[in-house]
Amino acid sequence: MDVATTAAEPTRRDFLYLATGAVGAVGVAAAIWPFISQMNPDADTIAQGAPVDFDLTPVAEGQIVKLFWRGKLIFVRNRTPAEVKAAEDVSLASLPDPQPDSARVKKGHANWLVVYGNCTHLGCVPLGNEGPYNGWLCPCHGSVFDTSGRIRQGPAPTNLPVPPYEFVSDTKIKIG
Amino acid sequence: MSGHSTYVPKSAVGKWFESRLPIVGLIHSSFVVFPNPRNLNYLWTFGGILAFMLVAQILTGVVLAMHYTPHVDFAFSSVEAIMRDVNYGWLLRYLHANGASMFFVAVYIHIFRGLYYGSYKAPREILWILGVVIFLLMMATAFMGYVLPWGQMSFWGAMVITNLFSAFPIVGETIVTWLWGGYSVANPTLNRFFSLHYLLPFMIAGVVILHIWALHVPGSNNPAGVEKQTEKDTLPFHPYFTVKDALALVCFIIFYCWFVFYTPNFLGHADNYIPANPAVTPAHIVPEWYFLPFYAILRAVPDKLGGVLLMFGAIAVLVFLPWLDTSKVKSANYRPLFRQFFWVFAVVCVLLGWVGAKPAEGGYILLARVLTAYYFAHFLIILPLLGLFETPKKVPASIAEAVLGKGGSANAMAAGAHAEPNTKG
Repeated sequence: MDVATTAAEPTRRDFLYLATGAVGAVGVAAAIWPFISQMNPDADTIAQGAPVDFDLTPVAEGQIVKLFWRGKLIFVRNRTPAEVKAAEDVSLASLPDPQPDSARVKKGHANWLVVYGNCTHLGCVPLGNEGPYNGWLCPCHGSVFDTSGRIRQGPAPTNLPVPPYEFVSDTKIKIG
Repeated sequence: MSGHSTYVPKSAVGKWFESRLPIVGLIHSSFVVFPNPRNLNYLWTFGGILAFMLVAQILTGVVLAMHYTPHVDFAFSSVEAIMRDVNYGWLLRYLHANGASMFFVAVYIHIFRGLYYGSYKAPREILWILGVVIFLLMMATAFMGYVLPWGQMSFWGAMVITNLFSAFPIVGETIVTWLWGGYSVANPTLNRFFSLHYLLPFMIAGVVILHIWALHVPGSNNPAGVEKQTEKDTLPFHPYFTVKDALALVCFIIFYCWFVFYTPNFLGHADNYIPANPAVTPAHIVPEWYFLPFYAILRAVPDKLGGVLLMFGAIAVLVFLPWLDTSKVKSANYRPLFRQFFWVFAVVCVLLGWVGAKPAEGGYILLARVLTAYYFAHFLIILPLLGLFETPKKVPASIAEAVLGKGGSANAMAAGAHAEPNTKG
């Protein structure tokens, strides 16, 4: 009985053991955090995410130009009326990632398609004006995108995302 | 079985040193008098060959790092400077680049030897799992090393492999940004890959020490697949196995040097001599040959996350192999059915590698799917069932009997009357 009471009664050593362990665990977590965090984009990389202006005047009808924002590749495509029509006439039910073409362009600028240029599968750069839908075809694993940059066939799970951008004038966009 | 060291220092200095740090005695007991099964064949020399390759890669790598610049603007030209300007730079780089391939040649032979002779079975499960850990570390090291020259294949290899992690729902994008240190594969990515490529070989060396430690508890498995019981079953490591290992190593180095001196770019890709261009992906992008079977599994699955999980699963399943194989007989020499399935499996792995190098279209995808299904069926269906239905041949009572026949066996049995019953299936 006496022994059991002694065992159940917390001693100062038990307190020290738990308190040291608790503070030690917090200390370890606090020490690990900088080592994890330093891997994330640094201030310089983030600063390069400032918006960039892009002049659309030299982009001819049917042309696709590539530019970089935050180190990421972006396609700017001046779509022909036939390409716009092909993108708009698709039945949404037939799409793996249903999205109307109107949600992927700015109102009144339906000929301009601006999308990220890395395949949503594993990041390769799809080739323009290729594939069954004359949109893009990814050479790495065969994903097929239409003229709206939407996934139609292949392993890519989603459409090419649209980066944040706006029209500052009829011939100029601001990305970011 | 590693036993006590019989090492007795002769000189006074030797005695003084040994009583303070008994390292010479440790080496003596582990690599001089250590009793190895007397029937080890040349497939058992690849452990030593792998140890040599690790040292060779670290040596050439440390020297290359003296001339290499891990920055996107200078990496490619610093590698070209190594090839053209640095004294013997061409030799050191070709030794290192082909050394990676030779490392994988040796490790695949080593792994398949373990599969054939059941080296993963009790009491060597931990030894086997440590081997899988080394294999994973090797793959990570090789991948990051291939990124460093910052050619087209480097860049797009890095892009595809890091994007594998984007397949995970919700946290995928966060993980990839964290791996990149930016919003795309860029300078921070190259810089950290260089740091890790320098670090990981030393981690491999650490796990190799554990691997050898775990090996020296039961000692090597052997072609008969029965444990050593008496002294008659064994021969001392030196000179019997030091000379066997040395002969095999010299032959292997000749093979290695043939690549280095006669066809140093045969195992590489011409596209990697084009500087990295984030705007253009090479038309036909494939990983190095030693990743092709796993690449084929990745592409066989139409679902992104499914492909990634199956590819990692193809390696993870090896961890569970000691418990998936239900047969108690180790060596395929005494398992007539397993022996056939082993060779089918080996051919399937080679075919997976072949199809991994082909474009992902039409019949190749179908073939990749069939082969992937078989790869997993081998581990998850065939091996568990074989142990239950197969009738193994009679396993020899001892290593000595396997080598010397019944006559030797009689002597061996007389010498070691306490032969354990763990040799039966």
